[in-house]
Amino acid sequence: MLLIRCPYCGDRPELEFAYGGQAHLARPPRPAELNDEQWAAYLYVRANPRGLHAERWRHLRGCGRFFNALRDTTTDHFKATYKIGESPPA
Amino acid sequence: MKRQSWSGLQLLWRSLGRHRGWQEQWRRAEPKPSYDAVIIGGGGHGLGTAYYLAAEHGLTNVAVLEKGWIGGGNTGRNTTIIRSNYLFDESARLYDHAVKLWEHLSQELNYNVMYSPRGVMMLAHTVHDVRVLKRHVHANRCNGVDNEWLTPAEAKAFCPPLNIGADIRYPVMGAALQRRGGTARHDAIAWGYARAADALGVDIIENCEVTGIRRDAAGRVEGLETSRGLINSRKVGVVAAGNSSVVMKMAGVPLPLESYPLQALVSEPVKAVFPCVVMSNSIHAYISQSDKGELVIGAGTDVYTSYTQRGALHVNMHTLEAICELFPWFRRLRMLRNWGGIVDVTPDRSPIIGKTPVPGLYVNCGWGTGGFKATPGSAHVFAWTMAKDEPHPINAPFTLERFRDGVLIDEAAAAAVAH
Repeated sequence: MLLIRCPYCGDRPELEFAYGGQAHLARPPRPAELNDEQWAAYLYVRANPRGLHAERWRHLRGCGRFFNALRDTTTDHFKATYKIGESPPA
Repeated sequence: MKRQSWSGLQLLWRSLGRHRGWQEQWRRAEPKPSYDAVIIGGGGHGLGTAYYLAAEHGLTNVAVLEKGWIGGGNTGRNTTIIRSNYLFDESARLYDHAVKLWEHLSQELNYNVMYSPRGVMMLAHTVHDVRVLKRHVHANRCNGVDNEWLTPAEAKAFCPPLNIGADIRYPVMGAALQRRGGTARHDAIAWGYARAADALGVDIIENCEVTGIRRDAAGRVEGLETSRGLINSRKVGVVAAGNSSVVMKMAGVPLPLESYPLQALVSEPVKAVFPCVVMSNSIHAYISQSDKGELVIGAGTDVYTSYTQRGALHVNMHTLEAICELFPWFRRLRMLRNWGGIVDVTPDRSPIIGKTPVPGLYVNCGWGTGGFKATPGSAHVFAWTMAKDEPHPINAPFTLERFRDGVLIDEAAAAAVAH
């Protein structure tokens, strides 16, 4: 089980969290102006990297807040967690 | 290369010579500078594709590149369940194509894949489950796929260890049974296809990791950079399961995939106590017994994407709790070992089998949590697609473009599968 650092509550076990998938996916401001290819890319295509992955988590059974994390998908180690609205640490 | 035919007589004959003189099952091939077709990924689907390319389409100058050892990925890590009771017409055709090939595969390959149609029973625990499974029964029968509805008493008669008491948290309200469903031996499918493909001239190259995909000025695939040098080929099939996103990125083709760890575990071996396969999607139990005697149990996926081939223990505990309630006998069994594989999941939980925007590059991926059952069917239609440069009618709906065009095959919502 992962130990995840909620930026508001500190280290908590994975069971308290819900996973929110890839982070920093912005909904296109004017969807009607996209073609099908672009809309499908927004809806379905994901980076799915082997390595560092920026992703959303929600401290569902804690403070309830969303936050972002940088995790290495080859080791499951978290490099950092950070608040929504902040840029991923370099 | 002529292969020894395997039979009981052959076994007897070789035993007289103290079992010396058995041939190797396949050659340890060295990569040649170029091939007519190359398959990336030496699992069951990839090796099967190479076999059908050689056996049915006359393409024998073919290589299978595997970064580790063949059958060491999800082919060696799954729970070996075979069934075709999927809801939608497209899926029913695809998976039943595979079941029909399973039925004669041992004879065709001269390799005992231990296909055992012992029946797959899916349990209903709620009124909603009953409706969904009955809908599956009807849909399957319209598609010529066997499936029948059982009362709780009939379910218990078919699987005596099952607890149908009313005093459990989620009592059994009925079950859907596909009698042609069952299990097979996971390694045998990889080794059987490898041996048969090798006999037809296919090179199986292990410890050969693809690090780049080269394209010519027109964009067509022309070769692969690998850990064992450059290999030229103008036809490349990517069958890399959990690593499909990584490989396809080398050709600049983004995929609608996410890779998750999926875990499984086995108990200590016991004598034959479990006659069939039982699945419960609602409370997530997934169990059968191997011929060695181990109970083979499928757990769920972890919630996050990962390439680690391991997951958390609470995921296994979740399924064990359900199994102990449904089969109280098993409470005293100890678990022997657990492991994880990386499954590539599509948004609609149906695979992608077909051409890609890159000429000469084909992809067979997105099998998610349920690819083993489809191995022969998937390999068969994918070989057709690669040989003829057009999809077989069975895999024609399973394109990459269906996400753009909005024609999903949404087994995620229809799920006969536990996700």
